[in-house]
Amino acid sequence: MDRGLSVELLWWEGCPSTERALAELRAVLDELNLPDEVTMREIRTDEEAEAVAFTGSPTILIDGVELMDALGRGAGDEPAGLNCRVYVRRDGRVSPTPDPDDLREALKGARP
Amino acid sequence: MSIAIGERAPDYTLPDTAGDGWSLMGDGTGPTVLVFTCNHCPYALAWHQRIADAARDYAGRDVRFLAINANDAQRYPRDSYEAMQSRVARENWPMPYLHDPTQEVARAYGAKTTPDVFVVDASGTLRYRGAPDSDHDDPAQRAVWLRDAVDAVLAGAEPERAETTPVGCSIKWKQ
Repeated sequence: MDRGLSVELLWWEGCPSTERALAELRAVLDELNLPDEVTMREIRTDEEAEAVAFTGSPTILIDGVELMDALGRGAGDEPAGLNCRVYVRRDGRVSPTPDPDDLREALKGARP
Repeated sequence: MSIAIGERAPDYTLPDTAGDGWSLMGDGTGPTVLVFTCNHCPYALAWHQRIADAARDYAGRDVRFLAINANDAQRYPRDSYEAMQSRVARENWPMPYLHDPTQEVARAYGAKTTPDVFVVDASGTLRYRGAPDSDHDDPAQRAVWLRDAVDAVLAGAEPERAETTPVGCSIKWKQ
């Protein structure tokens, strides 16, 4: 069994992308034969968002490291707050969910 | 408050990014497409090019497209009037980008998300309300629901699909 990889999905109810993001995340976990346990954490207030540097929903943490930070492409100057997060897919399209290839790369990097 | 399909759409005048006022109902010669949108929502951004393409395609057919930003700029500075002006200056917009700082227009229409699309015929009657098409993630959809509705209105017919569920970020209401 893999060591306990921690995968968290931070979400905000004002954004409809949570279900899709979770499905895409679980699909990549399955593909990599990793446990598809994802801890869901709702962010409800601006104060909570500030406290965890939540720049938008969904935000995915792998072993505590934010997905795009893990890939060296952090959120830049995005302010923390209750927002829908803007991701850019590898083909340049704007998307409310991360590119599955980015999830794959980050999860492979986190795997022992 | 909200308006239903077949009801008269409320008229307002809002400023564009150059400060010029636009009446939402125009001069009564053709349909108007109102798109509630904003600067930072991934759904609005993903659909923007498709809506802009439709605005260009219908420009010669007496169809007006008006984009409206009603988000609370105090909590979301990226939706400020200045940020709207910068965006329009940076990008090639085929439609005016109107500012609804009091959110009165968004409330009167019952706009929920960005984007949220309303097609109003030349007489001022609401004929379509909802999403531009079925999938923000598929550019091949080309805002087909919006285009179908405009085509029907131009033909003097009722859109087959008069209402769909708007999908996107919630409008950021003032608290």
